[in-house]
Amino acid sequence: MKTSALRMKTFKIGGIHPPDYKLTAQHPIHTTRLPETAVVLLNQHLGALAQPLVGKGDQVKVGQLIAKANGFISANIHAPVSGKVVKVEPVADVTGYAQPAIHIAVEGDEWLESIDRSDDLITTCDLEPKAIVDRIFEAGIVGLGGACFPTHVKLSPPPGKQASCIIVNAVECEPYLTTDHRLLLEKGEEIVVGLCLAMKATNAPTGYIGIEANKKDAILYLQSISKKYPGIQVVPLQMKYPQGGEKQLIDAITGCRVPSGKLPIDVGAIVLNASTTFAIYEAVQKKKPLIERVLTVTGEALTQPGNYRVRIGSPMSMLAEEAGGVPENTAKLVAGGPMMGKALSSLNSPVTKGSGGLLMLASENAVRKPSRQCIRCGKCITACPMGLEPHLFMTLAEFEAWDQLEKAHIMDCIECGCCTFSCPSNRPLLDYLRIGKTTVGRLRKTRQQA
Amino acid sequence: MKQTPIVAMSPHLHSGDSVEKKMYRVLLALLPAFGVSLFVFGWGTLITTLVAVTACVLFEYLIQRFVLKLPTTVTDGSAALTGLLLAFNLPSNLPIWIIVIGALFAIGLVKQTFGGLGNNPFNPAIAARVFLLVSFPAQMTTWPQPMQRSYLDALTGATPLEALKYHGHDLPNLNDLLLGTTGGSLGEIGALALLLGGAYLLLRKVITWHVPVSILGTVFLFTFLLGWLNPTSYHAVVSTNAVTNGLTFAVFHLLSGGLLLGALFMATDYVTSPMTTKGQLIYGVGIGAITVIIRIFGSYPEGVSFAILIMNALTPLINHYVKPTRFSPGRS
Repeated sequence: MKTSALRMKTFKIGGIHPPDYKLTAQHPIHTTRLPETAVVLLNQHLGALAQPLVGKGDQVKVGQLIAKANGFISANIHAPVSGKVVKVEPVADVTGYAQPAIHIAVEGDEWLESIDRSDDLITTCDLEPKAIVDRIFEAGIVGLGGACFPTHVKLSPPPGKQASCIIVNAVECEPYLTTDHRLLLEKGEEIVVGLCLAMKATNAPTGYIGIEANKKDAILYLQSISKKYPGIQVVPLQMKYPQGGEKQLIDAITGCRVPSGKLPIDVGAIVLNASTTFAIYEAVQKKKPLIERVLTVTGEALTQPGNYRVRIGSPMSMLAEEAGGVPENTAKLVAGGPMMGKALSSLNSPVTKGSGGLLMLASENAVRKPSRQCIRCGKCITACPMGLEPHLFMTLAEFEAWDQLEKAHIMDCIECGCCTFSCPSNRPLLDYLRIGKTTVGRLRKTRQQA
Repeated sequence: MKQTPIVAMSPHLHSGDSVEKKMYRVLLALLPAFGVSLFVFGWGTLITTLVAVTACVLFEYLIQRFVLKLPTTVTDGSAALTGLLLAFNLPSNLPIWIIVIGALFAIGLVKQTFGGLGNNPFNPAIAARVFLLVSFPAQMTTWPQPMQRSYLDALTGATPLEALKYHGHDLPNLNDLLLGTTGGSLGEIGALALLLGGAYLLLRKVITWHVPVSILGTVFLFTFLLGWLNPTSYHAVVSTNAVTNGLTFAVFHLLSGGLLLGALFMATDYVTSPMTTKGQLIYGVGIGAITVIIRIFGSYPEGVSFAILIMNALTPLINHYVKPTRFSPGRS
């Protein structure tokens, strides 16, 4: 490939270079067995809880709607397995909070007839834009990068706003994770078709696929495919975290910066994760709702790390078994990547639409070193991709100076963790920033109500 | 899995960077200059450095342990670094009791009084040097001649900057300045060795280019203009070509005195320099300008220490007003 690092694009402010630990980049996606019981949470998306449509004792088939979106910003939920609903009651999700869920005892694997389960590639689509968005809504698709924002909302810009480009986020800047990488290699053309569908749905003339330079094979493969599809361009990007952040990616690819407090659509961009784009393809061309996803199960000591296609609602413990069991020296279990993932208190919580990985960290990496005084080196400022002052925020949050935090633009923080990662004094900067953000957010809400 | 999993907020990775790593890297970067000094001044260098480092480390330990009753942070290397930098700023034959007073001032008054590493508004080593300079002016401005290597009965001589300021005779040549065979404070001689250490710090990303380049650039530009426009007043006449005179004058100022030591190792101190790159540029230009003003128009031949202290005092102000470039302003 002839793209030198100098010519490759990237975002302009801050950023860090963590080691990438992509242990599973060469492991093809492997489909796991079915779980004994699937636990399907009702809040797998941003917005209102889905409303359950089934009750105890009901028989369901794979792909059947079991909870419907409650309002515009919400998403449908489908049965990921076939069997009998045993109960509808709360379980702990990855954050440890109890959330309502539908428990289905698995019996066989019976799918709805309407779903096309073949592997045939369908490139043509004669649906109207509105009909495409409707199918995406029906299929319950949400952003699979982790934020879980309902995709149909993204693809329906408010009146007066028009998307000029759709960006597929195939950056995967989180260390360890390789699901998007594998999906690009194994379902590359499906992703390109998915992008075409999203462009058609929003009438956007251009589509970009942003891929970081550590995935050269995927860049070359996608470049060869995308030649056949007009208006689509593969953009190789320099390796830098957090390039997969929506604002950073738009800056890297288009040079436009989403103003503080605004949305990507305000600069004419819509960003979709690579897995989401694949889900769009399956929903529109195959009428397949979002019932499974790919997760990277990884860690240095795992015997069989890999990329696993798993039904939503399967317990994390099943994934750990598939990967050879939890190693002895594991001290921390992380749902997602190491920079932004959530530490799990147990492996009992189920896989959701937003789960991107299961990472097992050994004790030497899992234990934080004691925090020391700030030496004012400014590494956190240099690292911050939003151009903020994390060291100042931490002090202000310690002194509970919420008004000053708000004035210093704490709400710009994207919680990427670059500051905490870089701090030579091991200060828990992001912990305090989160306290600050939550409190300022709450104060703003009360102010609006008053 | 042997234990219940640890639950903590993200990020779950750390760069592995630490205060110790940074301090020990700076200590390592100062070794070449220390070697040059050992060669040029002999025993004086060894004794002064040993006394300064030991005294600083000891005072840090004693104060934290018995006065403040805090856990000691003496192993982080910052006290040793203060000691080494203090030694670098002293004449190599300074009486030991004066060095100990300097160390007590640096660690006790400038550093620990304000809350230890991270909270001191002034660079401890420089503040101590200036304190000693005004308290013991005679001893602090008596420098042994280079290459004698005797400690007690060394003949004394002028520093390059004194020679330049007061008479313009017996100026060291470029080779002397680069290699360090000139008079001066223990660690400020030997431009090449200092630059080597600075390059290492830049390479290991302990410091960035902003502070050193803005200081050296300002001094170069300022002295070049003065030497070019008015060569006869500053003993800068070497040829009939005004530009050559300016360049000679500027290079002499860059390589002599404590400028390189100050720009690469003292002004770049994290605690007392601004945190944003824009702030660091302002700070550097300020140090460069004040240095030249003192050197040329003031009564002292050297002004780097004063310049750094003055800009240290302005650092909180710079931090308050000079903010990093935000990703994209607007409503937040």
